Amino acid sequence: MQFGIFTVGDITADPTTGDAPTENARIKAMLTIAQKAEEVGLDVFATGEHHNPPFVPSSPTTLLGYIAAKTERIILSTATTLITTNDPVKIAEDFAMLQHIADGRVDLTLGRGNTGPVYPWFGRDIRDGIPLAMENYALLRRLWREDFVDWEGQFRTPLQGFVSTPRPLDGVPPFVWHGSIRSPEIAEQAAYYGDGFFSNHIFWPAAHTAKMVRYYRQRFEHYGHGTAAQAIVGLGGQVFLNKNSQVAKREFRPYFDNAPVYGHGPSLEEFTSQTPLTVGSPQEVIDRTLGFRDYVGDYQRQLWLMDHAGLPLKTVLTQLDILGEEVVPVLRAEFAKNRPADVPNGPTHESLRQAAQARQAPITAGPVERGDLDTIAAITPPAGAGQTGA
Amino acid sequence: MPTPAAAKRTLAVVSAGLSQPSSTRLLADKLAAAAVARLADEGFTTRVVTYELRDFAQDIVNNMLTGFASPRLEDMIEDVTAADGLVAVTPIFTTSYSGLFKMFFDVIDNRSLTDQPVLIGATAGTARHSLALDYTVRPMFTYLHAVVVPTAVFAASEDWGSGDGGRIDSRLATLPARIERAAGELASLVAGSDRSTRVRDPFELPAGFNPAG
Repeated sequence: MQFGIFTVGDITADPTTGDAPTENARIKAMLTIAQKAEEVGLDVFATGEHHNPPFVPSSPTTLLGYIAAKTERIILSTATTLITTNDPVKIAEDFAMLQHIADGRVDLTLGRGNTGPVYPWFGRDIRDGIPLAMENYALLRRLWREDFVDWEGQFRTPLQGFVSTPRPLDGVPPFVWHGSIRSPEIAEQAAYYGDGFFSNHIFWPAAHTAKMVRYYRQRFEHYGHGTAAQAIVGLGGQVFLNKNSQVAKREFRPYFDNAPVYGHGPSLEEFTSQTPLTVGSPQEVIDRTLGFRDYVGDYQRQLWLMDHAGLPLKTVLTQLDILGEEVVPVLRAEFAKNRPADVPNGPTHESLRQAAQARQAPITAGPVERGDLDTIAAITPPAGAGQTGA
Repeated sequence: MPTPAAAKRTLAVVSAGLSQPSSTRLLADKLAAAAVARLADEGFTTRVVTYELRDFAQDIVNNMLTGFASPRLEDMIEDVTAADGLVAVTPIFTTSYSGLFKMFFDVIDNRSLTDQPVLIGATAGTARHSLALDYTVRPMFTYLHAVVVPTAVFAASEDWGSGDGGRIDSRLATLPARIERAAGELASLVAGSDRSTRVRDPFELPAGFNPAG
C-alpha cells in the first residue's frame, strides 16, 4: 500500500492573518512540501494541473523534475493531468522524459479538469470532454507502446510514422490512474485497460465513492484483468491533526469555514460526518482511514490533501511530521493485516518492469487475450518482487 | 380499471411557501387532493409525499456550495424525482419564482425530471403576477424535459375569498374550477406513468460509448 499527499496548488489567503503567499513563495512551498513528504516516509507526491489563478501549477513536469533531482525514493505523480485539453503527444513526451530523469519514479492520474473555460482556452469544446478523454488516452497509450505510430482521430492532427521520444524507461510506460468523481465512463475506461482508478473521495459522501469503486472493480473483472478484488484503487483523503482532538478542530475551523471549496456552507461537523474529512487526533485519523477499506476493499494508494485553504507552510510541515511519524506507520501495519496475498501492491516502475519481463519469458507467460493490456501480469507480482512502496 | 398491483401511484408535492400557515402550501395540498381524488375515480391508490422546501433550506444551500446533497436531502430528491407526478408550487417574488424554489431545481440532476408529469402552481398578493407561472416556472420545467400540464394554477389573495357559485364549472374559472381542471390533466398523465416502479441505473453508459475512443 502506498501513502502520499496531493496538492491543488492554490494561493489562498490565510483566513487567520489575511496574508496570501506570492506565486513564487507558493511554488517554493510546494517544492519544500514534496521533499518533506519523502523525509517523513511517504511514498507519493502528486500535483494538480491548473491554468488559471489562484492556482500555480500549470507546468507539472517542470515542478516534478526539480523534485526528482532533490529526492531519492518518492513516486512523483499528478492529480490530475488534463487528458482533455493537453496534446496527448506532449503528455507522452513530457512524462517519458520525467520518467528517465526520475529513474522510473513517475506515474500520473488523468482527469478532465473542473474549470470550464480551460477547454476553449486550449481550443476545445467542453461538451467533448468524455470523447476527448477516450481518444486522447487511446493515442497516449499507443505513443508509449509503439515505436512508429500512424494515427488519425477526431480531435488532433493525424500522425504518420511518429516516434514519441524519449521512449519510456526500460520500455515500460508510466502507470496510469484515471480520476473521476461522478462519470461512470471514466471508471469504465480504467477498467477496460486494466489501469488504476483514483477516486477523489474527499468532497463527496462515502456511499458515492463506494458505488463508483464497486462499479470499476466489477468492470475490471469483466474485461479479464483479474478478479474485482485485484483492481487498482486509489483514494483521496483530507486530514488535520493534533494530539489533542479539540485543539485540531479549533485550529482547523477558520480554514474550513473559509475554504474555497466548501466554505460558508455546511459546518465542520456536518462535513466531517458526510465526507472523509477527519480533523482530530492521530488515532481518530487512523480509525477513519482504516474504515475506508470497509467500503472500497483492500486498495493500493491513499493520498491526502494537506496544504490548501491558506494553511501556512509551517503548519503543513508540522502536519506532515505527525502524519509520517504517528499515522502512516500504524496504517501500513494495519492495512497489511488480513490483506489477501493475491491483492496487488501499489504499482511501481520496478513491479511493472518485472511484470513486463515475465510476459516476455515464453515458459511463464500464460495466454494473453489482449496484447495491448499489460496489467494482467502486473497485478501478479513475481516472487521476490520489489517492495518499494508496498 | 387497472389490476390492484398496477393501481398504485406516487405523487410528490413540493411547496416553497415560507409562512406558517402558508397559502402556497394550502394551494399545493388542494391540487394534490384533487389529483388523488381523480386517480381514485380511475381505481388508483395514490401515496402522496409532501415537502416544504423551507425544511430543507440549509441543505439546499449547502448542496449548492459543496456539490453534493446531505443524506436527508438526497432521500427527499429521490422521493420527488421517482414519483409518478409532481405538484410544484411557489410564491411569486419580484415577478418570478422564489429563490429557494429555483435553487432546489438547480441542485437536482437536470436529467432527473425528464418525462415527469408536473402541475405548476403559484401564489401572490394580486392577479397581476399570474403570468409569472407561464414566463418563469413553465420554461424551467420545459428545460428539464418535464411534461407540464396545460393548466397552471395561480391563486391571488382574493381567490381564497371567492366561491364557485355552488358548482364546479370551468367556464367560471374560479380557483376551485381551475384546481379541478389542472388536477384532471395531471391525473390522466400520472395514471399512465411507470416512473415509481422503474429501475434506474446510475452507471448506465451512453448509447454508443466506447472506452477505446
